[in-house]
Amino acid sequence: MTVLLAVEGVSKRFRGLLAVDGVSFQIARGSIFAVIGPNGAGKTTLFNIIAGAFAPNGGSIAFGGERIDGLTPDEICRRGIGRTFQVVRPFPALSVEDNVLIGAMLRRHDPASARRHAHEVLARLELFGKRHQPASTLTLPDRKRLEVARALATDPKLLLLDEVMAGLRPAETDRMVSILRELNRDFGLTILLIEHVMRAVMALAARVLVLHHGAAISEGAPDAVVRDPAVVQSYLGAEAVD
Amino acid sequence: MIARMLDGVPGRGLAVLAGLLAVLLAAPWVANDYVLTVLIIVLYSAYTGQAWNVMMGFAGQLSLGHAIYVGLGGYAAAALYVHFGVAPWLGLVAAVAIAAACGAVIGFLAFRFGVGGVYFAILTIAFAEFARIGFDHFRWVGASSGFFLPVANYTRNDLWNLRGDPTMFYYVMLALTVAAFAICHVLLKSRIGYYWQAIREDEVAARSLGIDTFRYKMYAIVLSAGMTAVAGVFFAFYYNNLFPEQVFHISRSIEMILGPIIGGIGTLFGPLVGALLLTGLSEAMQELLTALRLDVPGAKQVFYGLCLLVVVMALPGGVWPWVAGKLGLTGPRS
Amino acid sequence: MAAEIYLNVAVSGLLTGLVYGLMAVGLSVIFGVVRVVNFAHGEMMTIAMYLAIVLFNGFGLDPLIMVVPLAAVLFALGYAMQAGIINPFITRPEHSQFILLVAMALIIANVLLIVFGPDARSVQTPYSFDSFLVGPLIIDATKAYAGAATVVITAALFGFFRFAPLGKAIRACADNYTGALVVGLNVKRLYALTFGLGAACVGAAGSMLVLLVDVTPALGPALTLLAFIIVITGGLGSMPGAVLGGVLIGLTEAMAGLFFTPSAKSMFSFALLVLVLLFRPQGILGKRPS
Repeated sequence: MTVLLAVEGVSKRFRGLLAVDGVSFQIARGSIFAVIGPNGAGKTTLFNIIAGAFAPNGGSIAFGGERIDGLTPDEICRRGIGRTFQVVRPFPALSVEDNVLIGAMLRRHDPASARRHAHEVLARLELFGKRHQPASTLTLPDRKRLEVARALATDPKLLLLDEVMAGLRPAETDRMVSILRELNRDFGLTILLIEHVMRAVMALAARVLVLHHGAAISEGAPDAVVRDPAVVQSYLGAEAVD
Repeated sequence: MIARMLDGVPGRGLAVLAGLLAVLLAAPWVANDYVLTVLIIVLYSAYTGQAWNVMMGFAGQLSLGHAIYVGLGGYAAAALYVHFGVAPWLGLVAAVAIAAACGAVIGFLAFRFGVGGVYFAILTIAFAEFARIGFDHFRWVGASSGFFLPVANYTRNDLWNLRGDPTMFYYVMLALTVAAFAICHVLLKSRIGYYWQAIREDEVAARSLGIDTFRYKMYAIVLSAGMTAVAGVFFAFYYNNLFPEQVFHISRSIEMILGPIIGGIGTLFGPLVGALLLTGLSEAMQELLTALRLDVPGAKQVFYGLCLLVVVMALPGGVWPWVAGKLGLTGPRS
Repeated sequence: MAAEIYLNVAVSGLLTGLVYGLMAVGLSVIFGVVRVVNFAHGEMMTIAMYLAIVLFNGFGLDPLIMVVPLAAVLFALGYAMQAGIINPFITRPEHSQFILLVAMALIIANVLLIVFGPDARSVQTPYSFDSFLVGPLIIDATKAYAGAATVVITAALFGFFRFAPLGKAIRACADNYTGALVVGLNVKRLYALTFGLGAACVGAAGSMLVLLVDVTPALGPALTLLAFIIVITGGLGSMPGAVLGGVLIGLTEAMAGLFFTPSAKSMFSFALLVLVLLFRPQGILGKRPS
């Protein structure tokens, strides 16, 4: 396997709190990788470190063999990592098409070819019919797909998805799962999912990493991980506290 | 080029645009001096409004100190003309460069340190006030007693030195305004325009799509400052005098931005519509108050304020999007 | 001898700064809770100053005694402005709010112009020229009274927000708008009360400032700007910060007026503002937004 993303002993401290504690993992090119864990396990912090929103306090991240930790979010995107936001952030006053067009312009300076690319992406994410609507008028499932479309339009090698299934009904979740699976199959797109919805994780991911209190407690194939006593313990423990 | 510029504008919109341009071109033959003077003010406001719109309407950076660029531009060209005999069109180059550099300094300081929103707005006011007080003590350009350009009776219009009658100034201002519209139209349809709008809508999301937001915000402030400085040169040579108290005053900055906000912020025609409305309103008010013998100082401004209040309460998006929507004049985005 | 002059100027600047600080506290309270930048702040201040002049000239009422009644009058004005005009704008974009308040400022300034004319007005009280001798210091009586009153009023306001149930409710609104709605607070009324309180600070500060500076209808923007500078220097949303900012700006301007020409003194406040914005954008006592 060739490694696309290598995370090595990454840590992040907020004031006294160690949110991510020496996490290491590798994602193979062309695979789908999921990070799961109870609320407050440090998943989103880890995600934001990879996406460049925070610099880690320790450790390193390599993407395609080059160090990317400490780069700004826009530099990371230009290197080939696209991301979505857990709380969606469309450009509300712009049309659905323009939202995606802006992503497409990263690697296509000519407006006409950027627009053609945006149309292809919109069609794939099943938003083509709604392309003239302002993004602010979309429903939540549509916004979630717009978020993916916009990131995808930047032609990433790695797509980071921060809880794109959250708030979706089962039918919508299945729709998203099949879209992501097609993207992975047709373009060899590597995907890192941060996810709560286990149904989606089980259906998509080849490997799963489990975080608990900022540390990696288990890693492996999905069905093996969910039977891992440490994982069961952490989830039960979290629920007992709740 | 022309084809690309007209791309996406519906036929009705084009017809109205052509008609408007024809009327504006023909105006000096029909209009008397008073109407011409008012039209110059309209075009001047439309031009400066458009320049400000680049920053706020397109890129979402609220500047409340744009008078600084008018002042720097005006003083630079006027000083070069008075002290060294440099013609205004050459002085314009220096004026634009100085204002753009000033914009770059303000932008660099603010955007590097992450100063945004209200804080950025107040920083721009502070710089403009700083310049006002500075020029009040700047003897080389007359300090607080003002800086004057020589006025004489000209037998003919001297376009190169910008000395002449209102008709000449009218056409100069019309050309500048049309140019500003064309530039903004092309920019809005290109990558830079989309990137500005992305930054205006959501800066964090814009960065996640690979946009170097610092760089694009810098482009916006430098371009806006440079464009505004051109208006400053016009102002200096049209009025032939500059007082720091007037050109740099915060009320100038506010007047400049009322047009685009009333007309429709971030739209191409908002600044023109706003300028027409506000100038028309102001002149009409003057006439009405004089006729009613209510012409005490301040009365006009009170009505002006009331009208602003009504417009901003009733039409939050501005007048132009509302009118354009009613008449079906524009495509989805102009 | 020179040192005494500096000390005297410094104390005078400090006391004037306290009055500016009270005006800025009003701006800070309004922004901290309602999240609206009151661009008509200085114009409201001029209303208070003209009212103080009318009361003094017409009825011989001392501005220092009228601090409380004028605060009450401005409270009512502020409450009415927020409840009647500004409340529908709290969810609108910044530039929209800005135009609204600029329109109000324009109306206020020009109504004052129509009523009072363009000339500068001031008040001469019997104690205008009194002063206290404290060791080497000569302290202007007017400024001493005004400074002391400012401290008392700010302390009272601080206590209100810290301990009174209503004050706590207002702070809850400031912290979490949606949360305040959920627990059933009448947010719009609390906003109106807050704007009223901010305006009351303006009323009190205005009736004292009239003893220190001349007023013209066109004074508003300069005062608004001064309030901005103070609040940002001290820390937007922090009451002690606004007082501290006022004192700092008062001192800066007084010293700059002594060392350089008085007409250039506000350049130094702007310089201070720019430095603060660049190196500590949250202000001296402000908290960094998390």
